Amino acid sequence: MPQTFAPRHAGTLATSVLILGAAVVLPQTLGLFTLLQLTVYAVMAILALSLSITWGLGGVLCFGQAAFFGLGGYTYAVAVTNFGESTLPILLAVLVQALVALCLGWFMFMGRLSDLYVGVVTLCTSLILFNFANSTSDPWYRIGSAALNGFNGMPAIRGINIPFLPGALLSPVQSFVLTMLALLAVYLLCKTIAGSSWGRVVAATRQNPLRAELMGYDTARVKLGIFVIGSAVAGFAGCLFVNWNGFVSPDVFGLSMSAQIMIWMIVGGRETFVGPIVGAFALQALVSRLGVGSEINANVVLGGLLMIFVVLVPRGILPTVRDGLLSLGRKWGPGKTREVN
Amino acid sequence: MDLVLILTLQGVVAIATILLFSIGLAIIFGMMRVINLAHGEFMMIGAYGAVKSHEAGLNLWVAMLVVAPLVAALFGLVVERVLIRHLYGRLIDTLLATWGLSLFTVGVVTMIFGNTTSGVPTPLGTLRIGDYGLGQYNLVIVGVTLLVLALVALVLKRTSAGVLARATMQNPEMIAALGYNPRRIYAATFAIGSGLAGLAGGLLAPLTGVIPAMGVAFVAKAFITVISGGAAVILGTGTAAAIYGVISQSVTYVSTSVIGEASLFLAAIILLRLLPNGFAGRFFKGGV
Repeated sequence: MPQTFAPRHAGTLATSVLILGAAVVLPQTLGLFTLLQLTVYAVMAILALSLSITWGLGGVLCFGQAAFFGLGGYTYAVAVTNFGESTLPILLAVLVQALVALCLGWFMFMGRLSDLYVGVVTLCTSLILFNFANSTSDPWYRIGSAALNGFNGMPAIRGINIPFLPGALLSPVQSFVLTMLALLAVYLLCKTIAGSSWGRVVAATRQNPLRAELMGYDTARVKLGIFVIGSAVAGFAGCLFVNWNGFVSPDVFGLSMSAQIMIWMIVGGRETFVGPIVGAFALQALVSRLGVGSEINANVVLGGLLMIFVVLVPRGILPTVRDGLLSLGRKWGPGKTREVN
Repeated sequence: MDLVLILTLQGVVAIATILLFSIGLAIIFGMMRVINLAHGEFMMIGAYGAVKSHEAGLNLWVAMLVVAPLVAALFGLVVERVLIRHLYGRLIDTLLATWGLSLFTVGVVTMIFGNTTSGVPTPLGTLRIGDYGLGQYNLVIVGVTLLVLALVALVLKRTSAGVLARATMQNPEMIAALGYNPRRIYAATFAIGSGLAGLAGGLLAPLTGVIPAMGVAFVAKAFITVISGGAAVILGTGTAAAIYGVISQSVTYVSTSVIGEASLFLAAIILLRLLPNGFAGRFFKGGV
């Protein structure tokens, strides 16, 4: 059994260099349209990583990751409209989601709900938010100067500016660089958590909650902690998404939003942190390519892929390819290969 | 007085509707421990079966009550053979795979029939109670739901096939040792659950309109009802449906239907917290 999520320093370094390199090189080589597309892919990769923390590392089956994503987006939108400056709203988007997750998680984990029930409760939460956000079209629903606008969504939301300089809005290229750097930061955060001693307790709780509990760890608290971190990251992703989009509507809470995050994770490999990033980029690129003048419905491809992966490649692309290469290496490589784990 | 009567009737209709679109899922989840997130798409297939066969000239009632369940059951049989049988015992994986199936089916149906609403006219007229009216068709739904429940209970409790199915869910090895083929029983159970979903889709088609994505509106509610019901297919799901139906209907009456729906989900969250094993785990141990 290969140890998953363990800090492979070489791999982490390579991934980090790759992301950083993309952030530096791509703005010079690619057109604006492609860059804008890559920006939203990177935002979604951060979202995928957030579920990777909650579900992949922590084993908390969260069907409602979109709840925190959407709420993060709305928090940012409301705050930035009121403040006219983006530094505090970004912090709020993260903090509010951490707080919401703390309350919801307290309710779930201290009540010792089973995995499946946690899934249902988080699903219900996102659906409640979806319904609620849809029914706020009355002008009465406003927070400060920001009207929520129900199903029409909130248009023309200010983007991110350089901290404490409200006049200095980021250009699309700068937004791209910021998003890539954020992706790198979140990736390193994931790695740091997984490599820390607390991260090992989290992994132990996922693998065998009873044993972890018998060893003296408070598993409810551990799950709560990882749930809060994952949700806060999802809130951050939501804020970056609104920055990219300039618009937020109740669709961010939708079932399909939560679903596609899981699909990215499954396809990329839920046992790794690189897998969800790869899955998010690859599948979104695929879907947007299919969307352009094609006979084939994107849902057919996504759904088909998900079924095929769950049945045939349950561990996802990256772990399968890596193990395949390793076993090839062991078979054909020169002499003894180093055990990697 | 009229108002009380009509509100009660509406409550009953709401409960029956929830039960009708949950019962197929309850059988598949309660008996096979397979979470079928494509449940809404089985309904959609049934609804399309009813609409298209009605358009081809078939009697509406035959289309809804016979064609819809048959089409969905056939589809379920294929799905079980191709997809679900690889996943028994992997609860979370069944959920993910059927999520994929749901997207896939919606996509394929959209490609075939287009993303337009097809509909069948609502049969029967309006029942007048004083100043208020209620579609008589709603009462048909209540009737059919009761009939389906009675039939399912009867089959599970009294027939040897039902006992065999329940035994297989408890201990497939023992059933295999006794000379039955558990795979065949699984396939049949899944097909019956799918057929019931199709029946629900066919019956609800005149009320909701038929589009490829119509399943989304039901799957979350059905899923929540069944999970809060727990392992008892009829008693648990019935209780859950009753509670959610009453809550969402009364909140809808005092506010809007969107808030009513949200209140259903909120009630589910609180109920699950209070009864972490569902109603069945608390009140109906060993019941059907």
